[in-house]
Amino acid sequence: MKKIALNGAGLLVALFAAFPVYWMVATSLKPNKEIFSATPRPVPAEPTLDHYREILTGNLIPGVTFTDFFLNSALVAVATVLLSGLVALLAATAVARFRFRLRTTFLILLLVVQMIPLEALVIPLFLMIQRLGLYNTLPSLILTYLGFSLPFAVWMLRGFVAAVPKELEEAAAIDGASRAQTFRKVLFPLVAPGLVATSIFSFITAWNELIFALTFINDQHRYTLPVAMTFFFGRDDTAWGSVMAASTLFTLPVIVFFLLVQRRMVSGLVAGAVKG
Amino acid sequence: MTTLTEATGTSAARETPARRRRRPDRLPYLLLLPCLAIIAVLLLWPLGQVVMMSFYKLDSVRQLRGDREWPWVGLANYTQILGDPFFRTVLRNTVLFALANVALTMILGTLVGLLLNRLGRKMATFVASCVMLAWATPALTGTIVWKWIFDDTSGLVTWLFNKLPDGLSTTLFGRSDWTGYGWFNDPLLFFAILTLVVVWHSFPFIAVSVLAGLKSVPSELQEAARVDGAGPWRVFWSVTFPMLRPVFGILVVLSTIWDFKVFTQQFVLAGGTQDRTTFMLSIYSYAEAFSPPPKYGLGSAIAVILTLILLVVTAVYVRMVLRQEDQA
Repeated sequence: MKKIALNGAGLLVALFAAFPVYWMVATSLKPNKEIFSATPRPVPAEPTLDHYREILTGNLIPGVTFTDFFLNSALVAVATVLLSGLVALLAATAVARFRFRLRTTFLILLLVVQMIPLEALVIPLFLMIQRLGLYNTLPSLILTYLGFSLPFAVWMLRGFVAAVPKELEEAAAIDGASRAQTFRKVLFPLVAPGLVATSIFSFITAWNELIFALTFINDQHRYTLPVAMTFFFGRDDTAWGSVMAASTLFTLPVIVFFLLVQRRMVSGLVAGAVKG
Repeated sequence: MTTLTEATGTSAARETPARRRRRPDRLPYLLLLPCLAIIAVLLLWPLGQVVMMSFYKLDSVRQLRGDREWPWVGLANYTQILGDPFFRTVLRNTVLFALANVALTMILGTLVGLLLNRLGRKMATFVASCVMLAWATPALTGTIVWKWIFDDTSGLVTWLFNKLPDGLSTTLFGRSDWTGYGWFNDPLLFFAILTLVVVWHSFPFIAVSVLAGLKSVPSELQEAARVDGAGPWRVFWSVTFPMLRPVFGILVVLSTIWDFKVFTQQFVLAGGTQDRTTFMLSIYSYAEAFSPPPKYGLGSAIAVILTLILLVVTAVYVRMVLRQEDQA
């Protein structure tokens, strides 16, 4: 009896959590007559890819397709990931491998800057972007997202670097490896999974961001996907099929990446690297 | 640079010879340099700039580009905002919204965390996967879907209310036909739906964190209390909660910080910044600064007020984390 109640509650929670995601995908696969019918069907009766074809081939504005926005977003996110990963790896190594005087101060700084409300920085960063002449360019977004993703990336990566046993590096040093060699051949391969996990978080930060992209980009050719979606779909309340298809395409990479990181976090990183 | 070398010199004395041979002097600082530079330029400098901008009258982009001068107005932006009854409405909206959302997110998240801990293995995995989906969904698309669910013609909720027996619907709400009913027009209803969206997005994090906390404490104590005849309510408040107090503390502070500055969900749900009746601090600041006519100075002052409020909450958070790092 108690077991049934618990399982029932579990199913309710699962339904509440997953239903909107399901409904997004289901709607995107329905023909218009099903979407706008008086009685909504829980499952598409005649599934169709028309809405996907529509947004992928149609021009949202003359000469610009959904794919262009997708590429803009991907470019910004990938550049952010690469820069932030590199800088974070250096800083994480410093914090995890060395004891120096300002170490604690730096860690506190990392915590505090993560709490800065980014919404409050739109205006001053807009000023900076204007002054630098970067207004209306994708680098303005890369720069902004680099700043946003870096503190968390260092915070997260520091744990991964610390998890690599020092003995491995010391062994390499005794074998005559230089510091650069040790870093490249011992530390880097072992931290790589952690770097992937951290990169995914940076990617999601950059990929999902709306406010700054909305403010810094004026030229429709350079819109990122979130801006394009609020701009083109937010106003036209009737094209729900296309809106849901676009939302699905936007959401899918994030969910896949997110689930990947979840698993990475749990698995032991260097199990078996040190024996005895 | 002298203080730096002195510092490394003294700490080197305490190191073992093997360590000292490997120990580079300036290397950690060099490694930190790019990171520090980026944090300084892209986060700390703008934070200073927004304070500075709040003391000027800035009404055009040309002033930002440096083509026109910046008239200093002192505290005028602040006195204008603080004297405006509308600001008080916005502040009240923000605080009430944050309180309601933190409370609901914490309650639902904790209940789901406790539930996941009690479910069988397969069921727990299934429920946790579904909960992860809500967590992983971007704020933007999650909100768009909820908007579709509340669509006034073909939305699921409109359909559900149309399904209610006409008599019941009329007695309860004074209408039986819900087609064309604007769910987002009434501010209170708008905030209720926004709360639904925000809680849906944020309860998974609480649930998973509470579950992780539960897994890390021995379950024998709870079992002992249960054997002694304590009900679930008593077990939670007398045994589970005290053990997880630090976790709850951090979760409440983090939720407070996030719910105070909700932007994307509100922007998408309201379809932009036109509807002033549902403004909260972050969107108010944005709208003042960027909706024509632009008022960057005024927007900055609102942003500073928001930051100050969050600063207090952050101070509490940092103290908590540091205390936990000490214990670990």
